[in-house]
Amino acid sequence: MIPAAFDYVRAGSVDEAVRVLGERGEDAKVLAGGQSLIPLLRLRLSYPEVVVDVGRVEEMHGVREDGEHLVIGAMTTHAEVIDSDLVRTHCGLLSEATETVADPAVRHRGTFGGSLAHADPAGDLPAVALALDAEFVIAGSGGRRTVPAQGFFVDYLQTAVGADEVLVEVRLPKLGAGWGHRYEKFHRVAQSWAIVGVAAVVHRSNGSIDQARIGLTNMGPTPLRASAVEQALSGADVSGIGAAAEHAADDTSPASDLGGAADYRQHLARVLTRRAVSAAAGG
Amino acid sequence: MVHISVTVDGAQTQHDVEPRLLLVHYLRERVGKVGTPVGCDTSNCGACTVLLDGKSVKSCSVLAVQADGSEITTIEGLANGEWHPVQSAFKECHALQCGYCTPGMIMASVDLLNSNPSPSEEEIRAGLEGNLCRCTGYQNIVKAVQTAAAQGGAR
Ligand SMILES: Cc1cc2nc3c(=O)[nH]c(=O)nc-3n(C[C@H](O)[C@H](O)[C@H](O)COP(=O)(O)OP(=O)(O)OC[C@H]3O[C@@H](n4cnc5c(N)ncnc54)[C@H](O)[C@@H]3O)c2cc1C
Ligand code: FES
Ligand code: FES
Repeated sequence: MIPAAFDYVRAGSVDEAVRVLGERGEDAKVLAGGQSLIPLLRLRLSYPEVVVDVGRVEEMHGVREDGEHLVIGAMTTHAEVIDSDLVRTHCGLLSEATETVADPAVRHRGTFGGSLAHADPAGDLPAVALALDAEFVIAGSGGRRTVPAQGFFVDYLQTAVGADEVLVEVRLPKLGAGWGHRYEKFHRVAQSWAIVGVAAVVHRSNGSIDQARIGLTNMGPTPLRASAVEQALSGADVSGIGAAAEHAADDTSPASDLGGAADYRQHLARVLTRRAVSAAAGG
Repeated sequence: MVHISVTVDGAQTQHDVEPRLLLVHYLRERVGKVGTPVGCDTSNCGACTVLLDGKSVKSCSVLAVQADGSEITTIEGLANGEWHPVQSAFKECHALQCGYCTPGMIMASVDLLNSNPSPSEEEIRAGLEGNLCRCTGYQNIVKAVQTAAAQGGAR
């Protein structure tokens, strides 16, 4: 299958990418690792007139520390995230979840930022970004703005990144001592997408849980926070995890498709939340 | 048209290409490296796997323009006077039947052994999760990678 013809611009900087996007707007598409976009181009489900390749924008690559945050460039590949000691030390949930994404060859090309900007409901990293309370740095013609995780995922395959904007980097608060994490992904065969996934980070002090953040993969058109579970966990000890996890499917509207029916997904969300929180709480 | 310059199996090549040209079509149709097949054309099967700057990629999911300035190794560039240890091990262990998946399987195995010279069985299976084989049932492929590893297959 051969994509429809398009013009190609290899951006040398964020500013250049933003300028071209500003000129071509809805006719333009950003190309990161291409592991979602190139299949769509080939199927002609996407047919931009111009493709703006940000793959060689230096500023968008790599992981760095900034005080209490880790900053991950949007073009950092899944393989680089997995290999990063900084990520493993300070945001281990992301290392763990990224290892479950696709397969080694796709992870060599596919990027952290591309996964978030694409916002596939079955993608693993959007829910992880919610659980880690990420902030998204977006560049447009008016400069840069920072969007919190809760405002980033707008609708099915739709984020706060406008057609004339570029996701530059993602800021993640470091998880300090006392935090545990777990990503539970339920899928049928290796390399496949999640039917449901649950990303949990839990903080314990004096034996009880005082903070928990839980992100749900594929439980609706966007990733979701399991707020009812988070509230029920606050102040609970590990014996309360089972009861709290019963709320995991509250206010969710998962799709019914070949992967599973909606009620099956809701069942999975409860089971996987119990497992993820138990593991994250070390119980 | 965009002018690209790529090193393929050690030889420098230069071409004017359409931006929409996929790397696998570039390799097969412009450079003549037909050892790399197209299997699924949906990024799933891994038959088209090559090394891009030493790392495995599915060449049906990369644009030729993205490879500009890079070094590509295809199955045709692996042997170096004699077969690569992974190639020999695939033959010895009967790790192929129809052979369609084999170029990609071997390239993914080479990439795996380069980063992990003595993988466990589980690590081999995980390392090859992006490569599908319709014939062998994978058992002999795993054996071939183990055999190549024992013979110092990372080269
Ligand atoms: C066989 C296969 C299996 C997969 N399995 C999984 C899986 O199990 N879990 C999972 O989470 N993912 C999976 N993926 C998807 C993979 O993680 C992709 O890497 C990811 O979805 C997209 O990242 P990319 O860098 O390739 O983005 P691209 O494909 O280049 O871009 C995707 C979209 O995001 C936009 N975009 C990208 N970067 C930016 C940016 N910086 N600013 C603005 N817009 C941007 C593009 O315009 C495009 O619309 C799989 C993919 C394949 C091919
Ligand atoms: S042909 Fe490229 S992955 Fe199947
Ligand atoms: S040998 Fe036939 S597909 Fe693998």
